[in-house]
Amino acid sequence: MSQAFIDLFYLLAAALFILGLRDMSHPRRAVRGNLFGSAGMLVAIVVTLLDHRIVSFEIIIVGLVSGALIGAIMAYRVPMTGIPQVVAVFNGFGGGASALAVGAALEEALKGGFVEEISVQFTISSVAAGLIGGVALTGSAIAFGKLQGLIPERPILLPGRHVINVVLALICLGLSVWLILDPTSSVPFWLLVPAAAVLGIFLVLPIGGADMPVVIALLNSYSGLAAAGHGWVLNNSVLIIAGSLVGTAGFILTVLMCRAMNRSLTNVIFAGVGAEVATTAETEDIYAGRVKSASPDDVALLMDGSRRVVIVPGYGMAAAQAQYVVGDLVALLEDRGVEVEFAIHPVAGRMPGHMNVLLAEADVPYEKLKEMDEVNSTFQQTDVALVIGANDVVNPMAREADPSLPIAGMPIINVDEAQSVIVVKRSLSPGFAGIPNPLFVADNTLMLFGDGRDMIQALVAALKEF
Amino acid sequence: MEELSIFVKALTIFVLALFVGFEVIRKVPPLLHTPLMSGANAISGITLVGTLVTAGQQLTLFTTILGVVAVAMATANVVGGFLVTHRMLGMFRGRKA
Repeated sequence: MSQAFIDLFYLLAAALFILGLRDMSHPRRAVRGNLFGSAGMLVAIVVTLLDHRIVSFEIIIVGLVSGALIGAIMAYRVPMTGIPQVVAVFNGFGGGASALAVGAALEEALKGGFVEEISVQFTISSVAAGLIGGVALTGSAIAFGKLQGLIPERPILLPGRHVINVVLALICLGLSVWLILDPTSSVPFWLLVPAAAVLGIFLVLPIGGADMPVVIALLNSYSGLAAAGHGWVLNNSVLIIAGSLVGTAGFILTVLMCRAMNRSLTNVIFAGVGAEVATTAETEDIYAGRVKSASPDDVALLMDGSRRVVIVPGYGMAAAQAQYVVGDLVALLEDRGVEVEFAIHPVAGRMPGHMNVLLAEADVPYEKLKEMDEVNSTFQQTDVALVIGANDVVNPMAREADPSLPIAGMPIINVDEAQSVIVVKRSLSPGFAGIPNPLFVADNTLMLFGDGRDMIQALVAALKEF
Repeated sequence: MEELSIFVKALTIFVLALFVGFEVIRKVPPLLHTPLMSGANAISGITLVGTLVTAGQQLTLFTTILGVVAVAMATANVVGGFLVTHRMLGMFRGRKA
């Protein structure tokens, strides 16, 4: 088949990707959008297999089948609480594949099998894909380890880590320049990929678990750019377009996450926020004698007489697997004519939008899942705000101007404006930012101490008795 | 000159796709940010297209091994990414009529 014909199908694939992403703008169309994207991918793959340069299919089939099995098994077995980990792994695969494939293309080019002449475009995009792909591979692996609890979630701050990073970055830069100036050997490339891989490890280790939404979004952007670089190497437009689209998606989400925390990207990546935690003794001092705790029965009584309840979920809800009982609670309250809505902070959970997926799985209709800005003005008309496993995103101290606080200026959910606030929490331990939360001792706050799922279950049981 | 013009054409496509991506993705509500991310991630597995040719050429044993590993990784990215996105999106339901 002529190249022009193949390119036409690549154009079709690229158009399907764009239509697919466009349909992600509404939950009703999003399923179709994802199917468009998959169809685009299928078109691109099938057309590529017709390429005359492919001499043997056995090896390709081995790769396709084993990869598809790994991907499908992971996709079907992962619980919804584990979505961030799985996305991190897939992302790492994509970045790693770009790096390896570009390396192989370089080897082939050096043997004269791929292009007649190794151009500057070829070498520049090779080093870009190798570098970004290497960082995405190991960075995603570390992100996975942190989310899965295999590596401590707290930032791991090695002495001299900034120096190590600068040295590694300089090594990568040197190897890149070497390859670009002397494209007669693949040695610099095969030194560059491991150097980038080590850099990926050192870049993600000092970032705390709660900042993983930003890291995953950023790495996603990287793997898109690596794919675009790969497209540049092969002079393949669909790779460039798709890589560029993914690059923007990751970048936009990264910026949104940072804005939602009022922190710069540099601060998220390099400041090691979350490494210092106020000790339990310190926080107990602050809270001493001022915390009012309640029983599930008290809370049930309060809710039964409410007109409007707003639930604020955080990562703790996912950790306690409480989303299903929360779904039950919503159904029960609605049966009694109570208006229930959810307030979702942009950085709640371990991935942007993670809470929405968990609650959708628990059969909460998506109309009830409100963005922070939408719901923040309604708290004065809210009888009960129920905070489950969230902490920093409802901490009123964020409103204070003290810039020494890690959460200073972060937009928060204004639960303290509600008539009553119920906080479901295991203890008074601080959240990720490591600072105490004055909400816990506010006049209108009641603490419901215990495991999220157990407490909501008790609450549901108590409500049923009224 | 020839080389430069190829480069500029590729750059043109890249930059225009950035603009399209920005306009399209800006409209995705936070509600769907997780499926957006996993769906976009699946699309970044497009690198599979490049790995296929590399693996199928079988120029040397080394490039073939690299190729097949890259094909497997990229396929896992694509298949897993689209499937997990499909699973998630299937859970989003509107108010019962």
